[in-house]
Amino acid sequence: MGINWKEYQANFFYDELINENSNARLPAKRLASYLQSLNQNELQRRQQLADTAIQDMGITFTVYTEEGNIDRSWPFDIIPRPISAKQWSVTADGLKQRLQALNLFIDDLYHDQKIIKDGIVPRHIIENSANFRKECVGISPPHNVWAHICGTDLVRDGDGEFYVLEDNLRVPSGVSYMLENRSITKRVLPELFEQGNILPVSDYSNQLFNTLSDLAPHTDKPEIVILTPGIYNSAYFEHAFLAQQMGVELVEGSDLSVGKNGYVYMKTISGFEKVDVIYRRIDDLFLDPTVFNKDSVLGVPGLMKAWQSGKVALANAPGAGVADDKVVYAYVPQIIKYYLDEDPVISNVETFLCSDKKQRDYVIKNIAELVVKPANESGGYGMLVGPHSTKKEQSEFIELIKKNPRNYIGQPTLSLSTAPTLVGADKLEPRHLDLRPFVLQGKSSYVTTGGLTRVAMKKGSLVVNSSQGGGSKDTWIVDTEVK
Amino acid sequence: MLSRVAERIYWTSRYLQRVESSARLVNVYTNLLMDLPKDINISWFNLVTLNNAESEYETRYKIKDERNVVKFIVADDTNPSSLLVSLSMVRENLRTTRDVMPENAWELINELTTFAHQSIKEGGLNRGKRHEFLTQVINQCQLMQGYIASTLSHDEVWDMWCIGRDLECADMSTRILDAGANLLLAQDYKEKSHVPLVVWGNVLRSSGADHAYRRNVAASVKGAKVANFLISDPHFPRSVHYCINSIEGAVKRLPKGRKIMSAVKSLNITKESPEIINELDYPLSNYCNDLQLKLDQLHSIFTLNWFSVK
Repeated sequence: MGINWKEYQANFFYDELINENSNARLPAKRLASYLQSLNQNELQRRQQLADTAIQDMGITFTVYTEEGNIDRSWPFDIIPRPISAKQWSVTADGLKQRLQALNLFIDDLYHDQKIIKDGIVPRHIIENSANFRKECVGISPPHNVWAHICGTDLVRDGDGEFYVLEDNLRVPSGVSYMLENRSITKRVLPELFEQGNILPVSDYSNQLFNTLSDLAPHTDKPEIVILTPGIYNSAYFEHAFLAQQMGVELVEGSDLSVGKNGYVYMKTISGFEKVDVIYRRIDDLFLDPTVFNKDSVLGVPGLMKAWQSGKVALANAPGAGVADDKVVYAYVPQIIKYYLDEDPVISNVETFLCSDKKQRDYVIKNIAELVVKPANESGGYGMLVGPHSTKKEQSEFIELIKKNPRNYIGQPTLSLSTAPTLVGADKLEPRHLDLRPFVLQGKSSYVTTGGLTRVAMKKGSLVVNSSQGGGSKDTWIVDTEVK
Repeated sequence: MLSRVAERIYWTSRYLQRVESSARLVNVYTNLLMDLPKDINISWFNLVTLNNAESEYETRYKIKDERNVVKFIVADDTNPSSLLVSLSMVRENLRTTRDVMPENAWELINELTTFAHQSIKEGGLNRGKRHEFLTQVINQCQLMQGYIASTLSHDEVWDMWCIGRDLECADMSTRILDAGANLLLAQDYKEKSHVPLVVWGNVLRSSGADHAYRRNVAASVKGAKVANFLISDPHFPRSVHYCINSIEGAVKRLPKGRKIMSAVKSLNITKESPEIINELDYPLSNYCNDLQLKLDQLHSIFTLNWFSVK
């Protein structure tokens, strides 16, 4: 006996597959009827197939624990999450628009700061920003682009619309899992790809390579490397994966050095070879021990100077994280309007800034209903989900906010959309999810076809981070007009 | 190619070769038992001696029997030279060199790792299942070698791979030979003339050399001939001579290779007259030890030239 969608309880939230009348949504039609045709043993068998594939493909991520680092298999749910191609093309335009505006904003902050002088964003945004780097003032990177690779977190609220939850402009990760999720799904649900209406995702590595190549305008065949902190980093799998997919070297800080002439070289078996573009996957503060964190062994002494004088390109540029701040986030609609004279295609989630007294009072009064986030954390750490918190946690957060109001924002608790997820051996239940598409900007812009869908595997939970028990799904952009 | 990556490729290849050699050795020893008279007491501990791992062994086990030795050589994850540890070293090195290796190499090693752990858990080392398990390991190693040989560009990454593989292989051939000779020295088999035949036949089999030997040397298996074959046959890919020639070829093609060519040549590994190996006793053992030391020196030359760029 297959799945009975009538018994699937999706009525409380927007469900990605099934509407309020228990019918499949348009892009999910084929998927829903296919799943119905499988008997439940078969569903379980496919999930096991996926788990074995993940083990064989060695798809892992690293979790830090007190006992040391553990390599865990990537958690994956076989039921894909379909989105219509029509809706996606609008969303993709919105993502490009957003990154363009953010890049203009960063460039402005490190030059004339017109947007501050014109009174659109307050000065304290940079004065108290943990990610504003004075070393970057006056520097003009190639194409005036600072954030070349951006991971934007989108959520769908009860109304079925996409909202931007946050922008990750420092070293966003997850794209390798998006690509691997598709390879796994092709192995375990091959029948569904017969019709050719699920758009491919595999173009990303190629696009990333081109974006990076464009950063070295003075050479046709630039030497591109990925700089990783090493195997203990939680995203090491991704660093190695992308290096392999692009055919570039994966280097660690100790493989590089800056020559007397100011150029960057890597140590090879033939001696030193010049490097033109570094896709760095380490944080700003570890890049160069002579400028930032002196104890860093991950970086390369002299790297900042090489970048400042244009002798090597860094992606993302140092200092790009200044726009990756949840207080800046609140101003993105105004930022888009200011630089592009356009209305934002994708809306923000309503945000209350604790630096503003009125808004702060509102957050403190309504803390039990709101989500409170620190301005500069990532990975879902250090936040409070009001409705899921205790009185004690709430009063602790109120103290934190009062101590450092600039560092906190409040947002309404969203009713994140859900999708059917395999629970136990053979039961499908709705679980909350979000979506992280990846946006590239160099000479031109590119958005991934869909992105990485992350799922909160625990019933009712809104925390999707893989380091905190989240899982993932393949994301399908479905062309519903293909006959 | 990065120096660090070169070093890891070299070790990936060495460890993969080591995995295969360990599987072959245990397999052959298990077979040897069946062909020898009951009163000939072959010592499983020979397998430990052959790897110079006596002290490692003695800190872990009291009894030097088949069960302990097989566990030590194959499944003991605290023994730095066990098959499982070598396997995980292949995986760890591949994990950090995925950018230069063909995609499937990573998948193959994951499969092999899962298979080995699973099989051992399910009693793959018991005599009834051991042959099947170890043969499967050997086949998977060969699959990986074949896959890499036919899909990796034969550029500097490949040359590094070959150097690691051949150095490890030459080293193992000398050890297998030495172990065979020692096995016979420890026995009084005057009455049973077929014993040496069985032992030398198995020495050849450990190197997968029985067929090549029969075709190229003779139908009858004799100790001195086996030793000469495994050391100086110019065509058999696991003979010391062949491995060294192949290493020299790769060194010549690699950047900065010519710089160390004279140092490599001066070790004179292939030039020495193998005639000394007519007596299968201590001179052979000394000769093998000497070869092992020279191979070690080769390793130091490579490290200095390529792996530690300052």
